[in-house]
Amino acid sequence: MQVPAHVEYERAVSVEHALSLLGRPETRVLAGGHSLIPMMKLRLAQPELLVDINGLAELAFIALDGGQLRIGALARHADLLDSAVAGRCFPIFHDAERVVADPIVRLWGTIGGSLCQADPSEDLSAAFAAARATAVIRTPDGERTVPVRDFHLGPYETVIGRGELLAEIRIPVKPGTGSAYQKVSRRVGDWSVAAAAAVLRLGPDQQSITEAGIGLTAVGAEHFVAVEAEDYLRGRAADEESFGAAAKIAAKHCHPAADQRGPEDFKRHLVAELTARALRRAAERATAASGEDTA
Amino acid sequence: MTIRVAMTVNGTEYARDVEPRLLLIHFLRDELGLTGSHWGCDTSNCGSCVIWLDGKPVKSCTLLAAMADGHAVRTVEGLERDGELDPVQQGFIECHGLQCGFCTPGMMMTARWLLDHHPDPDEAQIREAISGQICRCTGYENIVRSIRWAAEHPAEHPA
Repeated sequence: MQVPAHVEYERAVSVEHALSLLGRPETRVLAGGHSLIPMMKLRLAQPELLVDINGLAELAFIALDGGQLRIGALARHADLLDSAVAGRCFPIFHDAERVVADPIVRLWGTIGGSLCQADPSEDLSAAFAAARATAVIRTPDGERTVPVRDFHLGPYETVIGRGELLAEIRIPVKPGTGSAYQKVSRRVGDWSVAAAAAVLRLGPDQQSITEAGIGLTAVGAEHFVAVEAEDYLRGRAADEESFGAAAKIAAKHCHPAADQRGPEDFKRHLVAELTARALRRAAERATAASGEDTA
Repeated sequence: MTIRVAMTVNGTEYARDVEPRLLLIHFLRDELGLTGSHWGCDTSNCGSCVIWLDGKPVKSCTLLAAMADGHAVRTVEGLERDGELDPVQQGFIECHGLQCGFCTPGMMMTARWLLDHHPDPDEAQIREAISGQICRCTGYENIVRSIRWAAEHPAEHPA
């Protein structure tokens, strides 16, 4: 029988209330709890105080606002999967959410919780990093913003400090952009063996790449991104040759660890294949989106 | 240290003084004696503990009872209405949807939720809905058939 250690519990009634409670040492935010509570059962996490933010409805939103997609930290995975506006701007989030855990877990797990858990195998971090999202963090003095690419300090570590709370994620929406997420896991609902996220913006000619974002999950990519492959793609033609070369660069520069999900060379092979597939799909979607914009 | 936790379970109000670390599944089974919901893997993988919280299915081994304070819970004991089995329960009888029965309460709670939102699901939708739950007896075939049976025989006066 797995039981968490003794812990105190407080329910936040406002963001300000949550921030004041989070000023205490050894305190953790409790949102969906689907990573934190299992870790507490295993005593891998042993906070003294839990601050339950599930009542903070003001953090549970998904909206298109002034050229940005805004996702509240308390939005559930199922909310993002069901969001038509998110799916239209960034099909990558629907791709990724379809393979996050299972439908029941997705009803409770939160977007902010996934990012803050900072699990190296978590799917949304690579997707947000590829889309160059920004994290909005509430602080005792107001708020600060951090690019998602600077949000993670390492496995299970983020820039969120004591007395701070992740409030929302903002992603710039730009015309001519396509995106996709490709994942391989051992079975339905499992963590990634490897996964690749791609966000491509094509020029008016729909041939050349003006912006490229590539995220990698579970393969030891620093900040979940493949910067060298992104640099390679910028300005090049959106074709098979470019995608294949970028995929090889991504596979070369990541640092997968051999574990029960497979040896290192297998994971590098997956990175190359999944990166190429994600880029291909993102380019198709960028072209289709441009067609809709001009129609 | 204990805190007061009060919630509605299957329409009945309950309040208990419990430790904040108490999991909802143990609150239901040990504090309230509602042993229909099963405590299985303890890692939110198997789904035998699925209940509803405010109308949404959740794996109750992965929630604290404190999180349900002030909320409404529905368990397998709350599927039956006025002595009439829910069509999902009847479907599991008609189509032999269980063998050992351990996963059954969670499967039925998810099935009821699926049918409330998609009254006529195809096989793929049913399999997706129960993909976070494990049955080690049936191979899932008869569970899928049971849920289809329930879809084809909706209650005349649904709750």
